[in-house]
Amino acid sequence: MIDHSIDKNGVRVVNKKRPVNLDIATISMPVTAIVSILHRVTGVILFVGLAFLFYAFDLSLDSQEGFDQVVNALQTSFIAKFIIWGVVSALMYHFVAGIKHLFMDIGYFEELESGQLAAKANLVIAAILILVVGVWIW
Amino acid sequence: MVTQITSFGRSGLYDWMMQRVSAIVLSLYTVFIIGYLVMNPELTYDQWSALFEATWMRIFTLMTLLSIGVHSWIGLWSISTDYLKATGVRFFFQSLCGLAMFVYITWGVQVLWGL
Repeated sequence: MIDHSIDKNGVRVVNKKRPVNLDIATISMPVTAIVSILHRVTGVILFVGLAFLFYAFDLSLDSQEGFDQVVNALQTSFIAKFIIWGVVSALMYHFVAGIKHLFMDIGYFEELESGQLAAKANLVIAAILILVVGVWIW
Repeated sequence: MVTQITSFGRSGLYDWMMQRVSAIVLSLYTVFIIGYLVMNPELTYDQWSALFEATWMRIFTLMTLLSIGVHSWIGLWSISTDYLKATGVRFFFQSLCGLAMFVYITWGVQVLWGL
């Protein structure tokens, strides 16, 4: 497939008419793709989850009573613990995947073997952090 | 092909750079806040409000609020241009995202300076 052409100045340019398939249901999902889509999914979860963090942030700085309410909820309410664990878990995953992304920007983990290894490491490190966060909350 | 008039900086390279700059700010803030909470298990309201009354913390937090806006706009914009092909649907989604970001930033500023 030709995906480059030469413009009038002799510079190689990307052909923008390349076929694109982003239908998640039809493309194969190797570990690198799973790690990548989870980066997006956790990003969306964080954007929604921010509402809870802002609410807690607001209440905790509003007054002594508000602060106590937040502390109390995080110590006794299962739902509050579960929500904060979910949001912080998404943050942990997104954080690890983001750091992997920055390493890829400067040229690491770009080969098949190292890329797959980094993707697996991403999953393992994020899982450990999520467990640690769970222990911390409960 | 989606026409890119809604990207954050009207340039892919600029968005690419801003996504990384905001990511660095957000990761530093994440490490700081989690570290602070871990190191202060018996945190009091006085201690917590004093932290956010400090000028450096307000600067750091405002920088983080703006980074949230930039970072989530570029991220959600990328996702919406990949998966939402109908212009009306995509415009509606991006409008909701833009509104939510504006609310988050305003809310955060109010909390910070409402002490």
